[in-house]
Amino acid sequence: MESHIQIKHLNVQYGNSPALRDVNLEIPRNQITVIMGPSGCGKTTLLKSLNRFLELEETTKIQGKVIVDGQNIYGKDIDVTEVRKTIGLLAQRPYPLPMSIYDNVAHGLRLHHLKKGRKEIDDAVQHYLEHAGLWDEVKNRLHDPATSLSIGQQQRLCLARGLAVEPEIILGDEPTSALDPISSQHIEKKLMELKSDYTIVIVTHILRQAKRLADYVVFMYLGEVVEAGPAQQIFENPKKDRTKGYLAGQF
Amino acid sequence: MSMKKRWQRRHVTEAFFKGIMFLSIALVVFSLGYILWTILRKGLPAMSWAMITQTPKGGYYLGKEGGILNAIVGSLYMALGGTLIAVVFGLPIALYLETYLKNSRWGYYVRLSLDVLWGIPSIVYGAFGFTLMLAIGLRSSLLGGIIVLALLELPIMVRAIDEVIRQMPKDLQEAALAIGSTKLEVALHVVIRQMMPGIVSAILLAFGRGIGDAASVLFTAGYTDRIPTSLMNPAASLPLAIFFQLSTPFKEVQNRAYAAALVLTIIVLIVSFGSRWLSSRLSKYSIK
Repeated sequence: MESHIQIKHLNVQYGNSPALRDVNLEIPRNQITVIMGPSGCGKTTLLKSLNRFLELEETTKIQGKVIVDGQNIYGKDIDVTEVRKTIGLLAQRPYPLPMSIYDNVAHGLRLHHLKKGRKEIDDAVQHYLEHAGLWDEVKNRLHDPATSLSIGQQQRLCLARGLAVEPEIILGDEPTSALDPISSQHIEKKLMELKSDYTIVIVTHILRQAKRLADYVVFMYLGEVVEAGPAQQIFENPKKDRTKGYLAGQF
Repeated sequence: MSMKKRWQRRHVTEAFFKGIMFLSIALVVFSLGYILWTILRKGLPAMSWAMITQTPKGGYYLGKEGGILNAIVGSLYMALGGTLIAVVFGLPIALYLETYLKNSRWGYYVRLSLDVLWGIPSIVYGAFGFTLMLAIGLRSSLLGGIIVLALLELPIMVRAIDEVIRQMPKDLQEAALAIGSTKLEVALHVVIRQMMPGIVSAILLAFGRGIGDAASVLFTAGYTDRIPTSLMNPAASLPLAIFFQLSTPFKEVQNRAYAAALVLTIIVLIVSFGSRWLSSRLSKYSIK
């Protein structure tokens, strides 16, 4: 297993209450890592430490290192916009930008000067919409407002928007929790396809979804990592009692 | 158990407060209606094509020929100019407040200053502006009026835009940050687009305050029967036209004041509906 992200001695506090305690983890490249645990255990905090979203809240204190491809993303000479470009986020509820379907995808391309000229941008927009499995549904109404799409379509649009800035890692914060079962299936299927090109980290509280998606599992409880390992090992042969209890539905 | 309504104290209380609320609303609607009725009743008979197409001729203030085109044009110049300047300075201030200062101590001080400025009577702006103009040797002029109106409108506009931008969904800002936007890019590409309808209303609020204000332009723009052809000419304004005509002893001239008020009201209505229409078109892409 080749690791893509290494987390070393990560401690996070919101004001005075600790949210993560001494987290040490290696997240494998080109696999789906699922972070599980009961609510309030720090899953989302851990996820948002990976794209430096924690610092949006001014009272947050962060210590430790998150190393991606040999660079500590919390290092002094790191550009936070590059971090977030490299590490995309699929949020809990889809939030398209207040512009057309086309511009939602093109916006990131223009922002980072990834494509130039009408033709190149047109092609890239089509490419990423196809990649997210949305192209056929929107190709005749690319200039409609993004809000004219259903919630499930919006989430795929957000996926296309994220892919367009050429990330290496995709984070998902319960990315199907606002969606209906069919749309959820769509997203899950896409994530399975995408893992050959991207490293994917997902937070979920749905055990069955975790079992369907996970190659690697991180189980958390009260701000600490209880157990982490390949999915098969964690689901079939957990070593810690807390993990066993959680899998058995005790909390 | 009977579910029949019994007149308990809580029901009486509800009926009482509902009554008070209804009365308050009725009072507001009635006042507005009465104002409009008065303006229409007294102003409409005095209204004529000449009123809005001619400047005052000799003897106009005694009831003879002429109109108030000088005041209409002067007011539009000053309010549009003042609003434009206030937007140029106000929008960046509001975005800076919301994007970088947020609820910090400095943000608090800036908002407090703006609120105090909002509360300052406009005659003080007029006197302040006039003192400044004397110091730099500027005479009562269109330019002076525009600058003072910009100062008068600025705090209103900034605070109103500030309150609008505060309603910006945090998740939407995060969505833009997540693809690697800087905070400035989020403000310019996403916040302004999303909040455009509210921003337009805020600008309109400031415009309304500017075009309706008499005291601030009294010294700074002066008053003249001519249409200004340069920024350095003095300029008339509708609120002052109303004031001067109402204070004459002649009935016809007083009624012309109401006609001027009618013109002012119509201008504000046109701008109001125009901006509603504009903002509904601009909100096509807004995320609900």
